[in-house]
Amino acid sequence: MVWLSPVIALTLTALMAMIVFAAAGLNPLSSLATFILAPVADLYGVAELLIKAAPLVLIGIGLSVGYRAGVWNIGGEGQLILGVIFGGYIALHFGTDGGVWVLPAMVIAAAMGGMLWAAVPALLRTRFNASEILVSLMMNYIAQLWLSWLVFGAWRDPAGFNFPQSQPLAPGALFPILIEGTRANASIIFALLAVILGWVLMNRSFVGFQLRVTGLSEGAARYAGFSTHRAVWIGMLAGGATAGIAGVGEIAGPLGQIFPTASPGYGYAAIIVAFLGRLNPVGILFSGLLMALIYLSGDLAQMSLGMPSAITGLLQSLLLFFLLTADVFIQYRLRYTAPARATEGAAA
Amino acid sequence: MTGSTHPRPPDRLELRGIRKAYPAVLANDDIELRVAPGEIHAVVGENGAGKSTLMKIIYGMVQPDAGEMLWNGREVTIASPADAQRLGVGMVFQHFALFDTFTVAENIALAMQDEPAIDALSKRIVEVAARYGLPVDPGRHIYTMSVGERQRVEIIRALLQNPGLLILDEPTSVLTPQAVETLFVTLRQLAVEGCSILYISHKLGEIQTLCDRATFLRGGRVTGTCNPRQESVAAMARMMIGADLPGYRNRDHAAVDCIRLEVLDLSLPTSDPFGTALSDISMTVHGGEILGIAGVSGNGQQELLAVLSGERTLGPRDAIRLDGSGIADLDPGRRRARGLCSVPEDRLGRGSVPVLSLADNALLTANRDGAVTSGMIRFDRVAAFARQCIAAFDVRCPGPDALAGSLSGGNLQKFIIGREILQNPGVLIVAQPTWGVDVGAAVVIRQALLDLRDRGAAIVVISEELDELFEIADRIAVIAGGRLTPGKPTRLTNRDEIGIAMSGGTLTVDVTKEHRHSAAL
Repeated sequence: MVWLSPVIALTLTALMAMIVFAAAGLNPLSSLATFILAPVADLYGVAELLIKAAPLVLIGIGLSVGYRAGVWNIGGEGQLILGVIFGGYIALHFGTDGGVWVLPAMVIAAAMGGMLWAAVPALLRTRFNASEILVSLMMNYIAQLWLSWLVFGAWRDPAGFNFPQSQPLAPGALFPILIEGTRANASIIFALLAVILGWVLMNRSFVGFQLRVTGLSEGAARYAGFSTHRAVWIGMLAGGATAGIAGVGEIAGPLGQIFPTASPGYGYAAIIVAFLGRLNPVGILFSGLLMALIYLSGDLAQMSLGMPSAITGLLQSLLLFFLLTADVFIQYRLRYTAPARATEGAAA
Repeated sequence: MTGSTHPRPPDRLELRGIRKAYPAVLANDDIELRVAPGEIHAVVGENGAGKSTLMKIIYGMVQPDAGEMLWNGREVTIASPADAQRLGVGMVFQHFALFDTFTVAENIALAMQDEPAIDALSKRIVEVAARYGLPVDPGRHIYTMSVGERQRVEIIRALLQNPGLLILDEPTSVLTPQAVETLFVTLRQLAVEGCSILYISHKLGEIQTLCDRATFLRGGRVTGTCNPRQESVAAMARMMIGADLPGYRNRDHAAVDCIRLEVLDLSLPTSDPFGTALSDISMTVHGGEILGIAGVSGNGQQELLAVLSGERTLGPRDAIRLDGSGIADLDPGRRRARGLCSVPEDRLGRGSVPVLSLADNALLTANRDGAVTSGMIRFDRVAAFARQCIAAFDVRCPGPDALAGSLSGGNLQKFIIGREILQNPGVLIVAQPTWGVDVGAAVVIRQALLDLRDRGAAIVVISEELDELFEIADRIAVIAGGRLTPGKPTRLTNRDEIGIAMSGGTLTVDVTKEHRHSAAL
C-alpha cells in the first residue's frame, strides 16, 4: 500500500502532463515520450540526470531523517545556500593556492554552514518550542539575501563585467569528474554514500530506531527515555549537513562559480523527493532520479516543445499534490452525508 | 437458554444466530442474546471470547456474516454507528474515543447528529451530569483529565442521546468502590427508566450485585446464561473460563529486605492548570515488598508516576533514591540502566507504539544487555527477547512480528509487563497493571508481579482497582489531592478505610489526625 500511492501519483502526473501538452496543441503521447526519454537519450544526458539527482537525493536523505522523527525541516534551501557561502569562502580565499586540503575543507565548511543554519530552528524549537517549520522556512530568505549581498558586493568578480557572479573557482576547488566527457562529478558519490548511511542509520542503528519512535509516538518516546530534544537536533542537523554539502557540490561542480541563484530550488524539491520516496533511503534514490528527470525535461520542453519554464515547477508540484491526495484516499474513505447545519456555537 | 417465547412486550434487543468469521478466527458463532426493556444484562467472557466483536455488531461497526437482529421486535440492519444511535443504541468504549485538545462539550457536540450550540449543550451536560451523579465541567479539556474522568464524559455523551440500550465495556475498571456504587446507582436509575443495559465485564462480584441476567461467551459461542444473583462466583467463573479460577502461588513471602526505593519530602508544583501538584510525598519501598498506591484517578497518580519513572526529572538529586543513591535527575533510560523499570497506564502510544512490531516494542525499553552493540540493533537478539517474553507471559499473538496495535488489551499488557520484568528490575513501578484486562490475563500479570517481589524486587503498584491492591500489595498507601498517606500493612486495613482516605480522609483510624490532614488540604 505504501508504494501504491507514488505509482498513482506518477500516473496522474503523466496524465496531467499530457493534458497540458494537448492544450498547447501538441501530440500528448509523443510529447510525453519526448519529455521522458529525450533527456536521457545519450551518456551526456544520463550524466546530467545523475548530477541533478545527486543533490536532490543527498538533501532528501538528510531531510527524511528529521521527517521520520517528526521534525519538519523546510529549510533545506537556506542550508544549501549556507553550504555555498561557507564552501565558497574557502574556495575563493584558498582555492588558488591549490592545496589538496582545499576540497575536503570546502565540503566540511559547507556541512558546518548548513548545520549552523539548521541549528537556529533546532535551538528555538528546543528552548522556546518555536515551530521549526516556520523558523527554518524564514531562514531560507535570510540565507538567500546574504548570498546576494555577498555576490553583488564583496565576492563580485572584478573581471565579470559587473555581472553578479564570483570569480571562477580554481581547478583545485572543483569536484573531480567521474565520467570523461560529461559533467558527472564526485557529488554522485556523496549522494550514494548518503543513501547507504541513511539506510544504516534509519534501519539498523539504535539512534534511528529512537528517531522513528519519536516520530511515531512522542508519548512512547518519553516513556522509553528517548530525548525529543535530541531527536530535533539530530533531525535538523542531518538535513543541514546534507544540504550544505549539496550546496558546495553545485558551485564546485556544474556551476564552477558562485551566482546569487546557486540553487534552482533543490532545497524545496528535496522535500518532494523525501516524501515521494516514502522517507525510505532507497525510495529517495529513485524519487531523486525522477525529480531530476523532470528538471531536465522541463529545460528540454522549453527548447523542443516550446513550453514555458514553469512546466518544471508545475509537474513537480502536481506530483507532490497527487501523492498527498493519494495518501489521504488510501487511508480515508469519502462519505457523502447531508450537509450539516452549522451554528455559530458549534464553531466555537 | 431462555426457553420458550411469550407473547409479552417484545425484547429491546434480540440476536438470533449471529455469526462473524475473520480470516484467522471465528469471532462469533450462532450467538443468541435477548435483552428485555429495562434489563441490566451482563455479557461475560475472557479476552478473545468474542464480546467486543458482538458489541461492534450491535453498534453497527461490524457487519455479521449471518444471523438476525431484532430491535423492539422489529428486524433491523445496523449498517453504521450512526444507524445504531438513531435506533437508540449508546456505547461507552473501553478505549475512549475523545479528542484530547477539545473540551468536554466540544467532544460531545462532535458526536451529536444535529451539532447543537455549545452553550445550550453545556447546560444539558451539567443537567445530565447532576441527574446521574457524574460531575464534570463541560469547559474542561480532555487532555487534562484522568481515565476515570474521561469515562464519565463518554457515559454522559451516550446518555445525551437518550438511548434505549446502553452498552458499557468494562466500565468500573477505573473507579473507587464508592464511585462504582455511584455508577451502579446511575445504571439502576437508567434501567428503572426503561433503558436496557448491556454490561460487559469479567468482574463476577459486580455482575452479581448489578445484573439481572448474564450471558457467558467462550471461544465465540454462548456457553450459558444465568441469573447471576442465584449463582456462586465460582460457578460463573467456570462458565466463563471453562475451568476453576486459578489462585496465586506464594502468598507468604520471604522477609522484607533493605530499602530499595526512597522518596523524601518531594513537592512538585504543576505547570498544567488542571494537573495535580504533588506535596510532601515521602515513601519507602523495601526489597521483597509490593507497595500499593490507591486513589481516585486525577489525584496525582500521573504526576507521581512521571516523577518516579523519570519522565519528569527533578533538580535536587536526592529527592528520590534508588538503592541509596540519588536518581531524581536521571531520565528513564538511565534509571532503567540502574534497575528501575516502569509500566505506564496507557498501553497504546506510551507503553508501546501500536504501529510497530512486538520485537520493535521490546527494543523500546529492553535495549541493553546486548540488544544494541556499538549503536547497531542486534535484530536476532531483539526477536529472541520478544519470543521469550511472548512465551514466558503467555502472550497470544502470531509472533514477534505482530503489530502491537493488533493485540488485545490483555495480551499487550502481558507483553509490556513481561518486557519490564524480563529486564530483572530491582524496582518496578506499575500503573494500572490490569486495567481492562480479563481474568486470565490479570492472574498472569499479578502472579508475575508476586514472583518478581519474591525474587527480592521492590514494586510500586499504582492502581485504581482496590480489589487488586488487596490481593497483591503488602502495604497500601493512598494518594489524594497530591498527598500520599503513609503505607499501611494490607492486613491491618480494609476497603472502607482506604475508600475514606481516597476521598481525602486519613488512612489511620485515629480521628484527631484526620482533622489535621484535611486542614492541610
